[in-house]
Amino acid sequence: MNYLPKLMQFALLSVLLNAPAAIAAQPAKESAGKAAPVVSAASASQAQPAAAIPQAIPFNRLMRVAPRRHLPPPEDGLRDPASAETAFLQPPLEVFPALPQTQSGLGNGVNWVAALNDGKITPRWDRLDPTAEAMVMDMSIVRVPKSTMPDVVFPHKQHTQWLDCSNCHPDIFVPQQGANQISMAAIILGQKCGVCHGKVAFPVSECRRCHSQPKVEAQPKQVDAKGGAKP
Amino acid sequence: MQSLIRRTLMSRMLLVWSLVLAATFVYTRPAMAEYGDVVINNYSDAAGMRPVVFAHWFHRVRFTCKVCHADLGFKFKAGGNQINMLKIIDGKYCGACHNGSIAWSVSNCNLCHSGKPGTPTQVHESTLQELATPAKATVTK
Ligand code: HEC
Ligand code: HEC
Ligand code: HEC
Repeated sequence: MNYLPKLMQFALLSVLLNAPAAIAAQPAKESAGKAAPVVSAASASQAQPAAAIPQAIPFNRLMRVAPRRHLPPPEDGLRDPASAETAFLQPPLEVFPALPQTQSGLGNGVNWVAALNDGKITPRWDRLDPTAEAMVMDMSIVRVPKSTMPDVVFPHKQHTQWLDCSNCHPDIFVPQQGANQISMAAIILGQKCGVCHGKVAFPVSECRRCHSQPKVEAQPKQVDAKGGAKP
Repeated sequence: MQSLIRRTLMSRMLLVWSLVLAATFVYTRPAMAEYGDVVINNYSDAAGMRPVVFAHWFHRVRFTCKVCHADLGFKFKAGGNQINMLKIIDGKYCGACHNGSIAWSVSNCNLCHSGKPGTPTQVHESTLQELATPAKATVTK
């Protein structure tokens, strides 16, 4: 009975690795169901002779086509357009263009840390007192992953601008160097960094925002191999 | 003996796999709401109200995470706080602000209860959700 949880974990991770294959199912379904009637209507306006191209040869078969994003609440698929009040809710695009963006556009597409530091937003630190200020702690922690991935820099500063120590310590992270086992598998499953990153804070697909520091070991080794002087 | 174990293992694996595959293919989710939108639906559907949708982006331009997740005691778990209207009217959770002095009052039911009926509790667009339902984002053009 022991192996069941392991298997489940394996299956979940395999799905992650095989995601493109699974994604392909949807366009296939869509083109089977919808494309036929659409082609006759739309082909006239499109330059290419759509009727001549067999449907089984779309240019991108497995690549996910960027979805329309930041839709206004009545169109977002989550809120009920049948409720009159849904139309009163603020569309994200009334706000986001005024804020600094991330290059990847992942998540909200907003660089919230920059938005805060640039003074584009002034979120209250206290529910009632608009002048209360955060207790910011400026201490970065570097973690060295056992792989080719660049080292991870965890900055307390940007986290303490938003959060209280008690949000992380001691439940998510034991406040002691070396006491925390962190793996990408755990993060993707919503533990450790993944409690927030991948849900509200920027998602883990922005690898380089965390893996931001080149490995220190790699440099001298390369120089040695070439016989050059050490820097 | 060995082969028996292997066979049961294999069939278990097939079962798990077919479940996972079925989940990815059958459950397609056309919603394209904002990253961080939380649906809370422990009681709403059963009580005949639309599920609650909470937008993180809208609130985090006004408040730091600390206000809700430390001071007001919201746990980091969608649906994990057993929020109900009594607590809200008594000034807890959403009611700490939606009280007519910091933000509009509880009487605007459908501003909070705005979800499509039947939408389960979830963090919209979370990494885990993307894993379970990768078909969602495929909108051509
Ligand atoms: C820390 C205070 C605070 C808490 C807690 C809070 N809100 Fe709000 N909320 C606000 C403020 C401030 C506004 C803006 C009010 C305005 O526009 O006048 C707002 C606006 C909203 C809006 C309208 C957004 C729009 O598009 O205009 C919704 C919906 C909402 N809140 C839902 C909730 C729900 C659901 C909860 C509880 C799960 C909650 N809020 C908890 C402060 C809070
Ligand atoms: C206005 C209040 C408010 C603010 C501000 C706020 N949150 Fe939340 N947060 C909530 C509510 C409400 C929930 C859902 C709780 C529930 O369903 O019981 C939630 C849920 C979460 C979850 C849980 C997701 C899961 O795994 O189920 C995370 C993570 C989270 N918030 C992170 C953050 C971060 C990071 C910030 C700051 C950038 C933040 N929140 C700011 C109210 C807030
Ligand atoms: C500030 C946001 C907000 C407003 C405004 C609001 N609710 Fe709720 N309501 C919630 C949340 C959050 C829950 C918990 C949802 C869940 O778990 O299903 C809830 C749950 C409920 C429930 C089921 C649980 C219970 O307490 O019985 C009912 C019924 C309900 N609300 C009715 C109403 C009505 C009627 C109004 C208007 C007078 C209203 N709500 C206004 C946020 C709100």
